[in-house]
Amino acid sequence: MELVKCNNLCKEFDNKKVLNNINLSIPKGKIIGLLGKNGMGKTTLIKLINDLLTPTSGEVLINGEKPSVNSKKIISYLPERTYLDKEMKVYQILTLFEDFYENFNKEKAINLLKDLDLDINSRVNKMSKGMQEKLQLILVMSRDAELYILDEPLGGVDPATRDYILDTILSNFKEGASVIISTHLISDIERILDEVIFIDKGNIVLTSSADELREKENASIDEIFRRCFKC
Amino acid sequence: MDYIFDNERPIYIQLVELIRTGIVSGKFQKGQKLPSVRELALAMKVNPNTMQKALAELENEKLIYTERTNGKYVTEDERLIEKVKKELAGEKVNSYLNSMNDIGISYEEAIKYLQELGGKNGIS
Repeated sequence: MELVKCNNLCKEFDNKKVLNNINLSIPKGKIIGLLGKNGMGKTTLIKLINDLLTPTSGEVLINGEKPSVNSKKIISYLPERTYLDKEMKVYQILTLFEDFYENFNKEKAINLLKDLDLDINSRVNKMSKGMQEKLQLILVMSRDAELYILDEPLGGVDPATRDYILDTILSNFKEGASVIISTHLISDIERILDEVIFIDKGNIVLTSSADELREKENASIDEIFRRCFKC
Repeated sequence: MDYIFDNERPIYIQLVELIRTGIVSGKFQKGQKLPSVRELALAMKVNPNTMQKALAELENEKLIYTERTNGKYVTEDERLIEKVKKELAGEKVNSYLNSMNDIGISYEEAIKYLQELGGKNGIS
């Protein structure tokens, strides 16, 4: 069974169509790039999968069921903007996650934070922006989830941090789990993708295996994307 | 092992080339047990599924084989390794001759240049 299935999924805001009849299957064990320019519906789709929005029509199924408490247990979500209380210290956040999520692996988080020389006694608002993004990613990847959904995990970080983030994603998703990464920064991320989904003006315009697409078009995903959506 | 991938070509093909080169150069010795798919993928910083696809291709070429439940091994077949090495050498030689031809140097001259200018110092 597919991990995520969208059937004729539509979302409107104030009668304006943001997602238009989306049909999509996300299999197990894949890293999937959800690629689209800003404002094309990536975050809306992600929020629907996370049950943070309700469809105008159509449905989302997670493991064959409507989103619920059960789907939230198995989906680890990195939103576009951080929701951490910046007054908190890192160890307090670790305790919060431990209380909140059964599948949060605190030891794993502590080890990953150690790799970054991040002191768990530091307060979030005393950390640099890049460091805060890394912390957030570590929290999300330290959950033993079936699906990781990362909304723009690379926004505004330097190239070295990007590499760190990609490595962290690769080395921490467990076998059989899937990862959905939404981004417009394609060239940075395309080497780790199994599949790509192009989304434009609320429509899915292409889904393909990343390597098959490169083979067919003799170009990078980034280049193909640019050709597709030339302004 | 840090390798920069060319995003314009399928990643699995680049992995096949890298591992194939590793085998003919002896970096991976004949009969040697390979690390697990996941370990290899992490070392090369690629997706495990992509690594799996590359290994399946090398298995098709018989350069590696799977021993049930035990993992993957480099072939013991020295003749096959020699054959692949010769094919790769052929590609390199042709590409050398073609680039010499591009700058107006004939086949015979190209061989002279190779002996005259190449030498051991040419190997970097």
